[in-house]
Parts: sequence; C-alpha cells; structure tokens
Amino acid sequence: MRPSTPAKTLAVSTLCIFCAGAAYGHVGSQEALGWLTGFKHPISGFDHVLAMIAVGLWGAQLGAPAIWVLPVAFPLVMVFGAMLGFLGVPLPGIELGIAASAILLGIAVSLAWRPPIVVAAVVVGLFAIFHGHAHGAELPAGQSAMLYSMGFVVATGLLHALGIGIGTLQRWSWGRASLRFAGAMIALAGVYFLSKVFA
Amino acid sequence: MRRNNPIRVLITGLAAALFAGPVQAHLNATGLGPVYDGVLHFLTSPEDLVPVIALSLLAGLRGADFGRRTVFTLSCAWILGSLAGMGIVSILNLHPAWSALSFMLLGGLVLSNARLPLWVLTTLAGMTGAVHGLINGSGVGWSGAGIVALLGITATVFVLSALLAAFVTSLKAHWARISVRVAGSWIAATGILMAGWAWQAGGPLF
Repeated sequence: MRPSTPAKTLAVSTLCIFCAGAAYGHVGSQEALGWLTGFKHPISGFDHVLAMIAVGLWGAQLGAPAIWVLPVAFPLVMVFGAMLGFLGVPLPGIELGIAASAILLGIAVSLAWRPPIVVAAVVVGLFAIFHGHAHGAELPAGQSAMLYSMGFVVATGLLHALGIGIGTLQRWSWGRASLRFAGAMIALAGVYFLSKVFA
Repeated sequence: MRRNNPIRVLITGLAAALFAGPVQAHLNATGLGPVYDGVLHFLTSPEDLVPVIALSLLAGLRGADFGRRTVFTLSCAWILGSLAGMGIVSILNLHPAWSALSFMLLGGLVLSNARLPLWVLTTLAGMTGAVHGLINGSGVGWSGAGIVALLGITATVFVLSALLAAFVTSLKAHWARISVRVAGSWIAATGILMAGWAWQAGGPLF
C-alpha cells in the first residue's frame, strides 16, 4: 500500500470539511446531558479516582483471575451501595470509608499483597459499597436515569481499565517498582483525605 | 499508472466541492427519510439498543449456531411485534423497572457466560424482539411512512446483532472473551442502578 502524501491528506480533509454536517455542540438540552453527568460523576472526585485506579493496579499485580474479577466486582457492589442509598439505609462513616479505601488499596499495591482471590474481592467489594452509597444516589433533576446510570458505570469501568493498563508495567522490574511507588503515593493521598475528614 | 500530482488532486477536490449540487438534506423528498428515522430512533434509544447488544454478546459467546438463531429470531420477532403494535391505539411505554430488569438479566447472563440451551436463547430473543417491537409499533401507528420506519429499525437490529454476534464468535483469545463478559457486568450494573432510580421515583416497581 502506498503511503499517503501530505497534499493528498490535505485535499481529502478539505473535501471532508465541505461535507461536514451541523455540529451539536450544545447537548445541555438533550438527554445526552444525563450520560455526561453520570460519566463525570466518578471522575470528579480525586478520592474516587485514586481508589478505582488502585483496584485496577492491584488486579494487574495479582494477575488472572483477579485482573478481571476485581473490576467486575467493584461496579456491581458499588451499585448495590447506591441501592442502599436509594432505600434510605444509612451508612455511617462514608467519607471515612472512602479515605480508608485509598489507604488500604494503596498499601495493598505498594506491598504487592497477594491474598486469596476471595479475600481480595471482599476487600474491594466492601469499599465499593461506600463509593456507591456516596455517589450513586445523586441524579440531578430532569435527567435520564438510564443514561446517567450508563455513564456512571462506564466511567467507573474505564478507571479500572486505566489502572489495569498502567498495571501492565508489571512485566518489567522497574515497572513493578513504579507500581509499588504509585501504591504508596495513593496510600499517602488517602491519609490526606482522612485528615480532611477529621479536620 | 501515473502518480497523482498532489496539487492536481487538491484542485480537482476543490473544484468538485465548488460545483457540488444541492444536498438532499430533507430526506422525505427521497422517500428514505423514514428509514433513517427508524435507524436513528433505534441507535439513540438505549432501552432498545442495550438489550440487543447484550443478546448479541450472549449469543456470540455461545458460538455460530446460537448467533445465527438469535439474529434471525430477534429480527423476525421485532418486525412481527412492530406490525402487531401498529394496530394498538394507545402508545405503549416500557416501564423503567422492566428495562432495568432486562438489563440485569441479560447483562448477568453475559457476565456469567451462561451456557443456555439453544431453545432458551431463542425464546429470550423472541420475547425481547416481540416486546420492543410491540412498543415501537404502538408509537408509530398505522401509516405508510411508519411501516418504512419500522423496517429501518428492524434492519438495524439485524445488522447490529449480526455484526456483534459474529465478532464475538470470532474471538478466541481468553482476555478478549473476558472483556465481553466485563461488558455484560457493566450492563447488569447499569440495570441495578436503574432499578434503584425506579424505586426512588415511587409507585409500583414493576
């Protein structure tokens, strides 16, 4: 196959511009807003982001089957936590639990802790309840619950995927050291979140 | 064959763009508008789209025979349900809790890589197609354009489910099949969250 020349690329691009349709830049009045709101929710809190990436990192360190069991368990249990919120079941110390999740998951990554898969799943699931209870039950008025839910779950899953992607560094010795360092940094961030809870 | 001169390509492209005829932006003049209406309605309706995706993933995980049966059953049931729905005077709507239930059920089956017998998967595909088709049909009502729109929906259901099921069937790598099951877990998790919203909205859950 012949490589395309810059001039040809420019010509094709120019043609494409002429063929372009109208852009719908303002999705605020559409149902898509629900999807975007749901998608932004998990990535808008640094504590959630770190904990979810830590789950992916830990899964990558543990290898199969944890590499996929943990990211599957987290969203499922997380929405169960959200259900508790819907049902009005109070959960004490939510912010404490979220900060603790960053600390303990960070420590697990930094120590490359290798518990049995059931233990790892229970640890991850326990923290997922706190994250779900805190974030799941906050649908803004007038937005599609279905699209919000889809965006929420997809963003959570992608954060785990990001962690797993970073976790592929595991195959190199310097990568393993980097992952453990990253775990320590996540645990430190968790300590900071904890200090904010008690401040 | 002579190599294309980049400048000549650019000039020809620009000239073609300048002498372009009027665009047929209003597809109702071409007679194809309702087809695209149907295609877009399906692709922008997650309550219809996601169950079809989940069923296709499930069928693809089970193999080619299951995929073929699901694709044809789903499409046939969809168009038959649509035609039946067109005769219904009032517009039917799928209760959000039923959508949630179908997401949980189908997503859970994909996640668990359920080894369903062929007749069970066929029944699931038939029921899904009939219910969603009935609702689509009741929304369109009796009209020539409505029938064309429903054909657009059904054609999209067929193409999408065939492509997805075939793609998943072709996956051999362990991680790739696991990725499909993870997608199922996302669908199930979305369903659980939707059930929560339906609960919070009040009234009977189902």
